[in-house]
Amino acid sequence: MEENKTPEINPEEKKVVQAPSKPAKSLDWKAIFGKMLHSQMLIPVVAMLALLIFNLVNDPSFFAIKYGPNSVGDNVFTGNLITIFDKGAELAILAIGMTLVTAACGGQDISVGATIAIAGSAILRVVRGSEISPDTLQNPLILGFLVGCLAVIACGAFNGILVAYFKIQPMVATLILFTAGRSIAAWINQNQLPNIKDPTFGYYGGFIPGVPIATPIIISIICFIVIALVLRFTTLGLYAQSVGINEQSSRLNGINPTLIKFITFVILGICVAVCGLIKVSRISTINYSSVAKDIEMDAILAVALGGNALGGGKFSIKASVLGAYVIQLLTTTLYTKKVNSAAISAYKAIVVIILVVISAPVVRELFAKLKVKLSKKMARAGKKVA
Amino acid sequence: MKKIVALMLVAVMVLALVACGDKGEDGEKKGDGLIKVGIINNDPNESGYRTANVNDLKNTFTKANGYEASFFYSLKNEEQIAQADKFITDEVDYLLISAAGTAGWDATLKKAKEAGIKVILFDRTIDADASLYEASIVSDMAKEGQTAVDWLKGKNLETYNIIHIQGAMGSAAQIGRSGALDTEVAANANWNIVVQQTAEWSADKAEEIVQSVINSGESFNVIYAENDDMAKGAMAALDKAGITHGKDGDVIIMGYDCNTYALEYLLKGDWNYDGQCNPFQAGYLDDIIKKLEKGESVQKTIIMDEKGFDCETITEDDVKKYGI
Amino acid sequence: MRNKIVLEMKNIYKTFGTVKALQGVEFRLAEGEIHALMGENGAGKSTLIKVLTGVYSKDEGDVILNGKAVSIHSPQDAQKVGISTVYQEITLCPNLSVAENMYIGREKGVWQKWGSMNAGATKILESLQIPASASQQLGTCSIAVQQMVAIARAVDMECKVLILDEPTSSLDEQEVAKLFKLMRELKERGVGIIFVTHFLEQVYEVCDMITVLRDGKYVGEYEIADLPRIKLVSTMLGKDLDDLSDIKSDAKEYICGEAPKVLEAFDLVSDAGIKPFDFYIKKGEVNGFTGLLGSGRSECVRSIFGADRVLGGKVLRDGKPVKIKAPIDAMKAGIAYLPEDRKNDGIVGDLSVRDNIVLALQVLRGYFRPISKEEAYKFADEYIKLLEIKTASADTPIKSLSGGNQQKVILARWLLTHPEYLILDEPTRGIDVGTKIEIQKLVLKLAGEGMAVTFISSETDEMLRTCSRLVVMRDRKVVGELTGGDLTQSKIMETIAGGGVEDGRE
Repeated sequence: MEENKTPEINPEEKKVVQAPSKPAKSLDWKAIFGKMLHSQMLIPVVAMLALLIFNLVNDPSFFAIKYGPNSVGDNVFTGNLITIFDKGAELAILAIGMTLVTAACGGQDISVGATIAIAGSAILRVVRGSEISPDTLQNPLILGFLVGCLAVIACGAFNGILVAYFKIQPMVATLILFTAGRSIAAWINQNQLPNIKDPTFGYYGGFIPGVPIATPIIISIICFIVIALVLRFTTLGLYAQSVGINEQSSRLNGINPTLIKFITFVILGICVAVCGLIKVSRISTINYSSVAKDIEMDAILAVALGGNALGGGKFSIKASVLGAYVIQLLTTTLYTKKVNSAAISAYKAIVVIILVVISAPVVRELFAKLKVKLSKKMARAGKKVA
Repeated sequence: MKKIVALMLVAVMVLALVACGDKGEDGEKKGDGLIKVGIINNDPNESGYRTANVNDLKNTFTKANGYEASFFYSLKNEEQIAQADKFITDEVDYLLISAAGTAGWDATLKKAKEAGIKVILFDRTIDADASLYEASIVSDMAKEGQTAVDWLKGKNLETYNIIHIQGAMGSAAQIGRSGALDTEVAANANWNIVVQQTAEWSADKAEEIVQSVINSGESFNVIYAENDDMAKGAMAALDKAGITHGKDGDVIIMGYDCNTYALEYLLKGDWNYDGQCNPFQAGYLDDIIKKLEKGESVQKTIIMDEKGFDCETITEDDVKKYGI
Repeated sequence: MRNKIVLEMKNIYKTFGTVKALQGVEFRLAEGEIHALMGENGAGKSTLIKVLTGVYSKDEGDVILNGKAVSIHSPQDAQKVGISTVYQEITLCPNLSVAENMYIGREKGVWQKWGSMNAGATKILESLQIPASASQQLGTCSIAVQQMVAIARAVDMECKVLILDEPTSSLDEQEVAKLFKLMRELKERGVGIIFVTHFLEQVYEVCDMITVLRDGKYVGEYEIADLPRIKLVSTMLGKDLDDLSDIKSDAKEYICGEAPKVLEAFDLVSDAGIKPFDFYIKKGEVNGFTGLLGSGRSECVRSIFGADRVLGGKVLRDGKPVKIKAPIDAMKAGIAYLPEDRKNDGIVGDLSVRDNIVLALQVLRGYFRPISKEEAYKFADEYIKLLEIKTASADTPIKSLSGGNQQKVILARWLLTHPEYLILDEPTRGIDVGTKIEIQKLVLKLAGEGMAVTFISSETDEMLRTCSRLVVMRDRKVVGELTGGDLTQSKIMETIAGGGVEDGRE
C-alpha cells in the first residue's frame, strides 16, 4: 500500500482532524467518547457494564457485601463481588502471562491447566515431607512454592524453547504438556492424594487470620502491581509487541526474539506457579484430573475479551485482566441465577461468538459506515437548524 | 520446519501414550504355573478412587499370590479394546476389564471366548451378552445413593433444604447418586432442593456453587455432594461465611468415596456422612478366579458391599481400614 | 492518433473518513496503449487503482468499459470484466505452488484440473522465460520471480485492461527489460496497460501516455512526447524543480583523503552465500555497493551489521577488533542499518511512529532503562519535524503512513542512535521523487558532519550523485572499486558486465 489513505479509520487521526471543528463545550465528551470507542478496553468494559446492569435490574442484592465472622471467628468480607475477585484471582493472574505469551509468540499456551496441576503437586510434595497427610507442614511453604515455581518455570522453559528456538506453533508445542502434564503431576506424588491439615497451608486460598479480605484477592493485586512495575521499569512490553508484530525487523533492531519469547513463557510459568499455590491452598489437597480443568480456555478467552489480537502484537494486560473478571462475573451471575453449571460453557461459547463477530473487520467497517452516515445526518440536521 | 512439527507431534503422541500408563508391563514369559491375567483399567490419575482401585489390584495380583499380571490403563474405550485384543493374542488366561465405555466390546469378547480366555468385568459394566463373560463385579450406585438418602431420612429433620452438588453429568456415579435423592425429594413435601448443580467432581466449582447460595441469602441445612472433593469445596464456602456444619452444626455435609481425609472429617465431626464406593475389588476378583480354576460355578453379577459412615459411629479403625 | 478508448473513468470521488483521497479524477485508456499513472506518494494513484479494481467502492463517478458503464464491487468483478492487476506488494500465497498461485480463484466451477493446471502454468512460465517451475512453492522464489509470477497470472487471464502497480520496484534491469518486452507484446495484442511506477526512465522507455495526479486531483493527460522529464517532475510536484542539478554539485565536493577508517573488514563472509570480501569506510565518506539485483550487495552490508550469520572474517572498528555476531553487537559498535525490505525488515507495523522511532535507541539502552513516554514524544516530535515526516501524530501506527514516510521513520530511528557508520540499503525504493531527493541530500549532509555512510540503490544515477566510491559486485563477489573519474554510468556498466575491466582482479 502506497497511499496514506487507508480505509481503516485511525482513532488518533480522526481525533486530530475532528477536534478543532467542534465547539469547545462538547469537545471533551466527544473526545472521551471517541477514545473509549476505539480503546481496547471497550469490549470488556461494555461486557462488564452489561452484566452489572443486568444484575442490578434483576436483583440488587447481588451486590451486597457482608462483614461477619468466618468459622474461625475472624471477621471477613463475603458477598458475590468478593467471590468474583476471589474466584477470579487465578484466571486474572493467568491472563497476565497469557497476554504476554500471546503478544510475543502469536499463539497461546494451552498447557497452563496441566502445569497448574504440576505446580500444585510439587508444592504438596515438598510440604508433606515423607508423610502423605501430615498434621503440620513438614517443610516451609516458601520452599514448596519455590520448588513449585522451579517446576513450572522448567515447563515454561520447555514450551519456550520449543516455540522460540524450534519455532513450533505455541498451541502445538504446548500440546505436549497439555496431554502429559496431569500425569506428571500425579507422578510427582506417586499418585497419592496428600492432604495438608495444617491450617496455615490454607491461608493462601482462604483467609489469613486478622485480614478480612480473601488472600487470593491480595495475591492477585500483588501480581498486578509486580507486572505493572515490570512493564514500567523494563522494556519488555515494547519488545514483546515488537517481536509479535515483526520478528525479523525486531531482530534487526538488536532485539533477540528468541530470548523475548522465552521470557514470556517463563513469566507465564511464574503466574502458573502462583495459581498452583492458590489452587492447592484452597482445598489443602489436589485432584490431578480436575484441578484447574479447562482454565487454559478461559485464560485465552480473557485475552480475546480484552481485545488483544490472538495473532500477537499490541496488547493490554489491563484489558485481559478485566476480561478475566468479566468471565468470572458471568460465571457467578449464572450460578446466582441457578443456571445449570454444565450450561455455563454454552454461555461462554455465546460470548465468544459475539466477540468474534464484533471484532471481525467486516462488522467494524459496517460500524464505521454507520457512524459516518449518522454524523452526516446530524450535520445536515444541524445545518437546517442554523 | 514441517518435519520438526511432525516430529514434535510424534513426541506428543508418544508422551500421551506414556501418560496413559505403563503400557502393558509386558508379561511375555510364560510363567511357571502362574495364572496369566491381563488387566484393563482406567487411568489411575482419574481420581483417588481409581488410585486405590489400581493399587489394590497391583497388591493382589502378584507373583507371590500365583499371578502373572499385565496392566493397561486408558480412559479411552478404543484404546482399551485394542489392548484387549493384544492380550488375547498374548494368550492370557483371564481378562479383567474395567471398561471406559459400555459399547463396542462384543467382537473382542467373542474372540476371547473362542480363544478360551475367561473374561471378568469389574467396576464397570458392558452392554454385551452375559454369556460372553464369566462374572461382573459392580458397585450399585443406586444402592449407594439409597443408603445415603435413607440415612438422611433417618435424621428426621423438619424440613430438608438441600444443596445438591452433582458429579459430571451422565456418569454412572452421578446417575445413581442423584437418582435416589431425586426420588425422595419428589416424594416428600418437606424435602426441597435449594439448588441442583453439577460441579463436575471439582472442589473449586462446588465451593462457588455453595458460595452463590450463601450470597443469595437462601437458607439450607443439607449439602449433598456426590464426591468428597466437592463436599470439601462446599465446606470451604461454609467456613468462609462462618456457617457451622457437621455433628453439632447447622448444615449436614454428605460426601462419597471414603477418602481418608473425608473419614477424618467425619471423625472430627466436621461432616456427617460419607458413602463408600468400594474400590477394593481385587479380593472379589481373586476369589472368582480361584473358584473358576477349581471348576466351580460363580455368580454372574456380584454387587459389592458398600458402607455408609456416620460421624456418630465412625471409629479410628474405620478410617484406617476404609480410607483411600 | 489514439486507438479506441477501452476504459474511461469520469469524475471519481473517494473519501476515507475526513481524508479526500480522490476528487473528481479522470482517466482514459485506449486499446494497445501503455499509460503511465504518475504522481507523488499520496497523490491518489493506488486509491484510483483500487477503486477501479473494486477493492474500494467509489463515492461518486462512473467507470465506463467499452462504452458501457460497469459497476465493480470486488476484485472478482474486475477480473470478470477483464481488468487484471499486479500489485506492488506481492499478494500471492507464498505457501502454495507457482501453478496454484497462477490459477487460484479462477476455477470454473468447483473443480480444478490439477494436471492441466501445472502444464498450463509451465507453458506460460516458459513463454515469459520466468525462472520458476510450476510445482515449486512460491515462497522459495526470489521476490523478483514472485512478482513475475504475479504478472504471468494476470497475463494469462485474457484481460483487456492490465494494471501494473509498481511492478518493477523489485526487479533488476534484465528482468525489467523482460517485463517491458512482455508489455509491448501485450500492447500489440491490443491490451491497454496502466503502468504505475516511480522510475521516470521506465516511463519514457515504454509508455505512450501519461496521466498525472496531485493531491487526489486530476492534473492532466499528456502524450509522452509533449512532456519531457523535467516538466513531468515539476507537474507532479506542482513546482519548478532544479534540485536535481543542485545535488550533483554537492556530491563531488567532499574528498575524504586522509580521514581515519571508521570500519574495516577482512575476509568477511556470512551464511547468505557471498564470497569473502574486504571492505573499509572512512570518516565522512559516502560509498556504495553496486551491481545487479541479487549480486550480493545487500548481503555484504548485512554481514557487516550481523544481520545474517557471520561465518568468518575480521572486523576493525576505529582500528580495534570487534566481534559482531548479531545486530545488537553492531549497534553497540555505532553501526546503523536501514534494511532493503522496508515492510518485512524495517517497520514494526502496528506500533506507533513514536515507538518505531525510539526502538533502536531503546534496545541500545537495555532492558532496565526504558525511555519514558515524555522523552519518546520529544524524540519523535524532533525527528518528525527534522525529516518532515507526514503523519497525523506520533501515535499513528506506522503502517498507515505512506512508503516514503515510513522510510523516513526508519531513518529517524537510526539517526536517533547517533551512529558513526550508517548503512542505507535501498532507502529510496518505492518512494516519490521529492522524498528521494530529500534523502540523498540528508546523506550528504550527514557525511559532511563526519558520519560514514554506505548507500545502496538500484538507481545508478542516485549512487553517482551521492557516493565518492563504489564497490562493484557480480555474482556475489566484489569485482571492482570505482572512484573519482571512473564514477560514470558506462564505467559501472562495464565493470558489472565484466568486459575489459582494467583492474581485472578476477
